[in-house]
Amino acid sequence: MSKYARFALALAVGTGLAMGASGPAKAETPKKGGILNFIVAAESPSYDGHKESTFAMVHPTRPFYSLLIRVNPENPSSPTDFICDLCVGDLPKPTDGGKTYTFKIKKGVKFHDGQTLTAKDLEATYNKIIFPPEGVSSVRKSFFKMVESVSAPDDETLVFKLKFASGAFIPAVATPFNYTYSAKDLKEHGYDWHEKNVNGTGAFKFKEAVAGSHVEAVRFDDFHMAGKPYLDGYKALISRKMAIRVQAIRGDRAAIEFRGFPPKQRDDLVKALGKEITVQESDWNCVLLYTPNQGRPIMQDPRVRQALTLAVDRWGGSQHLSRIAIVKTVGGIAFPNHPLAATKAELVRLNGYGTDLKASREKAKKLLAEAGKAGLKFELLNRGTDQPYKIVGTWLIGQWRQVGMEVTQRVEPTKSFYNSLRKTKEFDVSMDFNCQSVVNPIVDVSKYVGSAGNNYANFAGKDQELEDIYNQLVQEGDEAKQREIMRVMEKRALSDMAHEGITLWWYKINPHRSYVKGWKIAPSHYLNQSLDQVWLDK
Amino acid sequence: MGKYIFKRVLLMIPTLLGAAILVFLLLRMAPGDICAVRYLGTGMAISEDQIQLCREQLGLDKPQLLQFFDFVWGYFIFDLGTSMWTGQPVAHEIGIRFELSLQVAVMATIVATVIAIPLGIISAVRQNTITDYVVRGFAIAGIAIPSFWLGLMIILGLLVVTQAWFGEPWMPPIQFKSIWEDPAHNLAQLIWPAVATGYRYSAVATRMTRSAMLEVLREDYVRTARAKGMTEKIVINRHALKNALLPVVTILALEFAFLMGGLVVTEQVFNLNGLGNLMVDGVERQDFTMTQNLVMLVVIVFVFTNLLTDLCYAWLDPRIRYS
Repeated sequence: MSKYARFALALAVGTGLAMGASGPAKAETPKKGGILNFIVAAESPSYDGHKESTFAMVHPTRPFYSLLIRVNPENPSSPTDFICDLCVGDLPKPTDGGKTYTFKIKKGVKFHDGQTLTAKDLEATYNKIIFPPEGVSSVRKSFFKMVESVSAPDDETLVFKLKFASGAFIPAVATPFNYTYSAKDLKEHGYDWHEKNVNGTGAFKFKEAVAGSHVEAVRFDDFHMAGKPYLDGYKALISRKMAIRVQAIRGDRAAIEFRGFPPKQRDDLVKALGKEITVQESDWNCVLLYTPNQGRPIMQDPRVRQALTLAVDRWGGSQHLSRIAIVKTVGGIAFPNHPLAATKAELVRLNGYGTDLKASREKAKKLLAEAGKAGLKFELLNRGTDQPYKIVGTWLIGQWRQVGMEVTQRVEPTKSFYNSLRKTKEFDVSMDFNCQSVVNPIVDVSKYVGSAGNNYANFAGKDQELEDIYNQLVQEGDEAKQREIMRVMEKRALSDMAHEGITLWWYKINPHRSYVKGWKIAPSHYLNQSLDQVWLDK
Repeated sequence: MGKYIFKRVLLMIPTLLGAAILVFLLLRMAPGDICAVRYLGTGMAISEDQIQLCREQLGLDKPQLLQFFDFVWGYFIFDLGTSMWTGQPVAHEIGIRFELSLQVAVMATIVATVIAIPLGIISAVRQNTITDYVVRGFAIAGIAIPSFWLGLMIILGLLVVTQAWFGEPWMPPIQFKSIWEDPAHNLAQLIWPAVATGYRYSAVATRMTRSAMLEVLREDYVRTARAKGMTEKIVINRHALKNALLPVVTILALEFAFLMGGLVVTEQVFNLNGLGNLMVDGVERQDFTMTQNLVMLVVIVFVFTNLLTDLCYAWLDPRIRYS
């Protein structure tokens, strides 16, 4: 059994346990019919998956489209279990030393407008994503840096040629934003057409959308998976306020909110509705960080940054914060429990992860004194969002005070928070996060490299060693070696140079009406949202 | 009268222009922009080129003077532009929410009027009695209780009570349907925000009615009416109330104008897809075109409501003449 398979098994068991009283799902015969009402906490600017990066786009529109491959909806908690959606059979094994992937495409797949899908549609789709023409937006093209070309030699064959073998390729293809568009639509209507129009091959067809209110869909009778979908349709209701989203489930105006709720709201729903509520929980592929600004003199000394991480009691924080916030798991740079992630034995060797808190904090004080920064004063920039930013930020300040630091907090709404973080760089230390869809550690950990577009620590060009380690990781095909390099990178980024500090990984909690069946929680709120397997036990 | 209205309409032009300049400048003084909000909030690694492309596509790279000219010129050619967030015409975005906001404003005004005027009169007529104290307490509570809290309590109360009585919790619908399409659904959704808002609104109007009535009831012409042997009902309704209504009408009109765009919190609590929520979204997303036009809409509603209120004075008090 490979490490990946063992991990999948462990996580599946863990998820089952986390489901508590509801227990592991028994094989039930799905019932047909019904409309699923679910809540979405925000509104997407457009329906174009290639252009957007928000769950507010994925939840209402993912069921309109198919992907080339997808996360297995029966086992979505596994980060390595991908299955064909528009391709046939098992995932192809790479040839040419891992540099060529050849996919056989399903025959007879229909678009909602009646067109028949061929490999040419997938070729056009992936060329738009990976090699967009000038002036065309594609926010995930960097996921496909390893791809040299995409071609369709005939109607049933799609070929990806890579520049180098990469373990990040298959997860990148399974990214849920890679909606398959028709080549004809792209050619005739242009590359912006999908922002406001829908024509996919997914299980549901677009029916109606009212801005700020809802998106409504009906089943697509010619869907390419026989017997599916089970639902007659769904309605995605937009509701910004969490109190209303929770009460909507309680009052059965909606059955589920796919993004997740904090522990208190889960407990309230369970208390009010008992067995009419089922709770699914999972580690979440989002991590909450703090980022010291190395553009500021007080944060340039690695000893000061090490002191910051040494002061933090992650193991205790996990226990207490998980009762009030959507964070729980202690982890390093890779998604916890993933084969490439550090074990607890490996983690405790890093600064700030030791189990002897007193010793860690003594060391922190000593490092501060050596650096001439005893009683360090600084400001923590935080995002004006309760969960989990403000809660964890406030906790962090308490942790730093334990080693004599004097920390104040500046909370800003999202837009000015990002302005301070990215543009004006006016902060000493800031809360930060890394939230991804498909678990793809090799791509996800690029965040920790100084040159990354989403690294705000301002040390680009100052740590070439870390850049080299990451480049080595990207080009390494062997799983065991990838793991070794990941440890080296983790130690450098979090412990030796302490460029960033990880607080805790997020924890996803989805309480939903028990009559919703067939939906299984995944490690990301972007995943497993095709809804073709969902049914209502009413 | 016609000349007066014409003059007032002409005077609106500098007011509107001043508001347009102010909102345009204030929006652009705030840090950040819509492209950063759109792409960075998800934590993805987005290149600066991508953000720049977004800015170019939205016209944010144009000189600000040109952007202002486009904004103002839009009013002359009846084109409010498109939302920078959804890409839909602003007129369409406002249009689909206008009915809901107007209905809530009208219903809240009705609730407020129905509560405020009788209570204000009773409180004034029975000044310093238990009834007066109860009414004043009720009014002060209305001002003191935030309408979002009242809204949340209404929803929670409905859930708890219906679960206790019927076994299944019930809450108002969270999706709007027009009163012409489904009146029962529409009222089941909107009656609660109308009550929550109308109560606060009535509290202000009750206190105003009471104080205006107390002042008028001490006037010579009221004493004269009583001396002529008129019944108390006629004295109150015909002689006192009509004269006391001038400040009350002003308050009601201003509140109505405020409700058209200012029901921000109540709309969020009851999940109403109205203009208040649209305003919040516009500001949060830094959707300049949307926010500018919404602010201008509120300004226009205020200006016209003020004009109508002034015209109403003449109907209430025949001594008032316009020239």
